[in-house]
Amino acid sequence: MQVMRNIFAIARRELESYFVSPIAYVVTAAFLFISGYFFTFILFYTRQATMRYLFGNLSIIALFVAPILTMRLLSEEKRSGTIELLLTSPVRDWEVVLGKYLASLGLFTLMLALTFYYPIILEMFGNPDKGAIFAGYLGLWLYGAALLGVGVLASSLTQNQIIAAVVGFGLVLILWVCDAAGDFTGAPLSNFLRYLSLSNHYFDFSKGIVDTKDVVYYISVIAGALFLSTLSLSSRRWS
Amino acid sequence: MIEVRGLTKYYGDVKAIEDVTFTVEKGEVVGFLGPNGAGKTTTMRILTAYLAPTSGTAKVAGYDVFYDSLEVRKRIGYLPETVPLYPEMSVRSYLEFMAHIRGVEKVKSRVQEVMEICNVDDVADSRIGKLSKGYRQRVGLAQALLHNPEVLILDEPTIGLDPKQIIEVRELIKRLGEDHTILLSTHILPEASQTCERVLIINEGRLVAEDTPQRLTARLEGGERVFLQVGRPSPEVVTKLKEIPGIIAVDDKGQGRYEILCKTGEDRRPEIARVAVEGGWELLELRLEAMSLEEIFLRLTTKEVEDAGHA
Repeated sequence: MQVMRNIFAIARRELESYFVSPIAYVVTAAFLFISGYFFTFILFYTRQATMRYLFGNLSIIALFVAPILTMRLLSEEKRSGTIELLLTSPVRDWEVVLGKYLASLGLFTLMLALTFYYPIILEMFGNPDKGAIFAGYLGLWLYGAALLGVGVLASSLTQNQIIAAVVGFGLVLILWVCDAAGDFTGAPLSNFLRYLSLSNHYFDFSKGIVDTKDVVYYISVIAGALFLSTLSLSSRRWS
Repeated sequence: MIEVRGLTKYYGDVKAIEDVTFTVEKGEVVGFLGPNGAGKTTTMRILTAYLAPTSGTAKVAGYDVFYDSLEVRKRIGYLPETVPLYPEMSVRSYLEFMAHIRGVEKVKSRVQEVMEICNVDDVADSRIGKLSKGYRQRVGLAQALLHNPEVLILDEPTIGLDPKQIIEVRELIKRLGEDHTILLSTHILPEASQTCERVLIINEGRLVAEDTPQRLTARLEGGERVFLQVGRPSPEVVTKLKEIPGIIAVDDKGQGRYEILCKTGEDRRPEIARVAVEGGWELLELRLEAMSLEEIFLRLTTKEVEDAGHA
């Protein structure tokens, strides 16, 4: 099917270009180094075969990693003019957005996969709760996928990679802490802000609980962000 | 093949093009001529469904660029002014990527074919970022040909190339013109007269003329511009000449040489000769001058002359 072919071609090209530039290697190396540091540190400190605390740390690291992975996706195409090529090809705007997004998600998934040796080490020397670890990874993946969606949106707004990264980081940080503002606003706004918070939905996962409403929340964030990115890309037509 | 009716585009309050109407028949090679900022790129971006018009319609191969934009995009090959290339990719992988999103069936063999047509097969595995401008331009053209489109839209295809590369690209366009409909923009006139069968001249967002390069020249030849040389020049010459009806402007070139501009189709040489003799200016030479495309272009696009012409 041509739609799948388009999305796949765009995603594949983007993934390849991640690995041509040093970005993918540097970000992955930094991510693995910092997460490895936390894994070791937490393990020696708690002496428990659990990843619960590490997942908390990884969620913070992901706040920094995601905007870097997404910053160039659309902004660079706009700057170099290649966006004109994509959008005058028989490809729909949302196919471009989705293809780009999937490339960043692919790289993020690979980065997570490279940390699988942590649970393997725990399994070798202890008796960790496999279900909890699975839930934690699922949560981290969904949470990261939402961050990347927001990052793609930031990248669609500008021609400048740095601005895309800063805006993306600002957006995910606000979404991360927005439940705190709820403490002062009172209901019903506080409920809404708590629902909107990226971090709130993550805690259950890190404790080993998979709740459908959290899954739905992250998927909604992704869909919403990609929808807005598509609108932002299409807005050239009526500017 | 291309049908444009009353196309108008505003960017906010700024007018880019206004009421542009033209058609391009199947198999034609048409030049879109105008100074920078005249609206060529805007028109092409609308034709390729990249931008939507403010009003008016454009159809390519029978499909509306706004309502059936996907069908239009399947049928056009587009080379934008800044050649859109990914510098980190090799020529081959770039073309394969483009072939995929253009829905080409046999990707590998078609990419090979197109590379041969555009003479870039010798750099197939080089990174695009390392190629010279001439090569990049031809890779850009190769990209536009991949899906064997009915219509090619080329925005300034020879800009920034050296003379040898310009000739190569023009040759290529001529060959492509044998079995494609081509609309190409340029702000260089010889290019239009060498490669195009028909020229559309656009200025400040409006079409000001449309004809073959030969006819455009011919149309303006009859009594249009007269060269006059007299032995005894004086300030009186200019004022006397301007009194003759049908004469638009008189340009004193110094040393008794004058360039006289007449209204279209009005040869005023007899009157000029009479005035010269009556005034005792010692008439030395009086002849019609043919206009080059450059001059036609300037006349059509320079406000002063145009206004004087209507007065």
